[in-house]
Amino acid sequence: MSTNLDIKVKHLTRVEGHGNIVVNMKEGVLEKAQLEIVEAPRYFEAMLKGRSFHEAAIVTSRICGICSLGHQIASLKATEDALGLEVSWQTIQLRKLLTHGATLQSNILHAYFLAAPDFLNVGSVFPLIGTHPEVVVRALRMKRLANDMGDVIGGRAVHPITCVPGGFTRIPTAEELLELKRKLVEEMVPDFLATVDTMAALAGAIPQFERETEFISLRSDDEYALYDGDICSTDTGTVDDHEYRKMTNEHVVTHSSSKHCKANRSSYMVGALARFNNNHDKLCDAAKDAAEKLGLKPGCCNPYMNTIAQVVEAGHCALDSVAIIDQLLEAGLKDEQPNQEPTRFGTGIGATEVPRGILYHEYTYDRQGRMVKANCIIPTGQNLANIDDDMKKLVPEFIEKSKEEITLMLEMLVRAYDPCISCSVHMLDVDFIE
Amino acid sequence: MANKPRVAIFDFTGCEGCELNKLNFENELLDILAHVDIVEWREAMDDRVDEYDIAFVEGSLSTPDCIERIHEVRRKCKVLVSLGSCATLGGINAMKNIQPIEEVREEVYGEDKYLFPTLPALPLSAVVKVDYEVRGCPMTQIEFLKLFTALVRGQEPVKPDYAVCIECKLKENECVYEKGMICLGPVTMAGCDAHCPSFGQYCTGCRGLVTDANIAGMEEILVKHGLSVDEARKRLQLYNVNQLEGVQK
Ligand code: SF4
Ligand code: SF4
Repeated sequence: MSTNLDIKVKHLTRVEGHGNIVVNMKEGVLEKAQLEIVEAPRYFEAMLKGRSFHEAAIVTSRICGICSLGHQIASLKATEDALGLEVSWQTIQLRKLLTHGATLQSNILHAYFLAAPDFLNVGSVFPLIGTHPEVVVRALRMKRLANDMGDVIGGRAVHPITCVPGGFTRIPTAEELLELKRKLVEEMVPDFLATVDTMAALAGAIPQFERETEFISLRSDDEYALYDGDICSTDTGTVDDHEYRKMTNEHVVTHSSSKHCKANRSSYMVGALARFNNNHDKLCDAAKDAAEKLGLKPGCCNPYMNTIAQVVEAGHCALDSVAIIDQLLEAGLKDEQPNQEPTRFGTGIGATEVPRGILYHEYTYDRQGRMVKANCIIPTGQNLANIDDDMKKLVPEFIEKSKEEITLMLEMLVRAYDPCISCSVHMLDVDFIE
Repeated sequence: MANKPRVAIFDFTGCEGCELNKLNFENELLDILAHVDIVEWREAMDDRVDEYDIAFVEGSLSTPDCIERIHEVRRKCKVLVSLGSCATLGGINAMKNIQPIEEVREEVYGEDKYLFPTLPALPLSAVVKVDYEVRGCPMTQIEFLKLFTALVRGQEPVKPDYAVCIECKLKENECVYEKGMICLGPVTMAGCDAHCPSFGQYCTGCRGLVTDANIAGMEEILVKHGLSVDEARKRLQLYNVNQLEGVQK
């Protein structure tokens, strides 16, 4: 048993953005176990200051490419709340479809390309092209179709174009939606079932580690909450999204250029596992079956299972998308113009679930519709304290293992959270009032 | 091909949207991989190596560490390609360059501002020689594929130096000015096939300015269509602050 341990992983691979893992144990006492965020801050406030409400979503989308749709949705909801812009039922359904597409694409990307190589003991997805070609081709096909949803409805999957305050600049045609539906039914659903089998075969490689913590996500009475809902905690139940500051409490810590958060304990977890724990009753049957097959049960507190929860959600998103397309076609697509006539100027909140967890934007506009104040709280920032707490429990628990094994477990732990470090150093918490 | 080019991919300060856009070539990805060896790509793999033929770089340079790393990349590669607005222009990050940096940092971190060093956001070309560029935010996929094919075949890629409006007219789009919106198509470098106006949205200027862009004329049009003078300048600055106001060192 080693009582001295010194781990430093610089620029951890297969995550978005730059982070280091640092662990220090001296004579059996853990001195340090943390994820350091070293991504360069990007100062979004400087870009938003004084800009028109038309530009807010365009700018905040660039906080992060992989979460760009989620940032747009949160941004549009905040702007619409602040300016009193009502949006139509059709707009909401189209946004839900985009959200499903983005969740699908991100969850698939993470499970197959970033996490699975660990389960198979290889350094990247590329060796798998030779050893498991049919799996790689399937993953690419699923990702392509998920991105097609973004391309058709959003104009582009990364930094979508058509979503603007009050609606859409272009409405997809019925033919386009029918084609998406056909592909979802004929390709995505079978591919999802095959994915569950693949993941079930790999699940043995998931470390057995548990730590009780608080899980926070949106929750809605009507559906598995992704686009909209109230803030729900496993500790204290639900509150309105306007109360988000009480549930986040952002603060600066010295080892990270991203701020940390806490609610009712020293840390909490957001993301697919939090959503599953809070909302499993709202999943469609196929997703519930998948969870059972993959050994994921409500109340799960093994953070490594986040990847499995992402797979389960992928199935839900695929099937629910088919249902939404049916409803849209039944109602008949209307060529609506976006509603961009403000009825007030003030402060608004947008809370939405992005693949990595709950995301909040809050804006204040002046009477000309220009941004005077913005705040944005990112899922990865919310998870950082929870990751540190996991590491502090994990290292002493597995200290019998070799340094290499512990390092791999820590890397896998951080990857399981699917952290988005680009997002977490957005730096947007500012008042612009001079 | 006997010797496949060895390719490395790097990211600096940006949103990784450009890198992601590369992973989004699902249909072409396996073909692309058949023609090159990807030897280093932190976002997708563990390996790190000492030399490569082509380096694709996303993101702007905005910390002392970035400057050091880009020199290293330049030393190790034969051909350097900048991907997207951040790497090519400084991009959206460069908006902070026209605000006093101390103020910006203080607004965000308060008294902890010295914990995290930062510099003005610079395009790669401000620090090292760049051989080719792919513009756009995110980088334009068709342009990337064209450049990639040309490089693998050893041909010289062609690049357009005319305005987005020309591509937009060729596609017979309804001009968004007709719908009461504004648009930066008249001064923005083509190559995206007028993608945004084709989806009913205005051009934000993400591909940078055409050579000899008539900025005063553009501002006049924006003001004529209802923007204040200040707002018109702001719209133009979104991606082009280094070009309009001069790269700040
Ligand atoms: S150019 Fe745009 S898409 Fe690419 S890294 Fe910069 S902000 Fe992201
Ligand atoms: S929509 Fe924009 S790019 Fe197209 S013609 Fe009009 S001004 Fe030019």
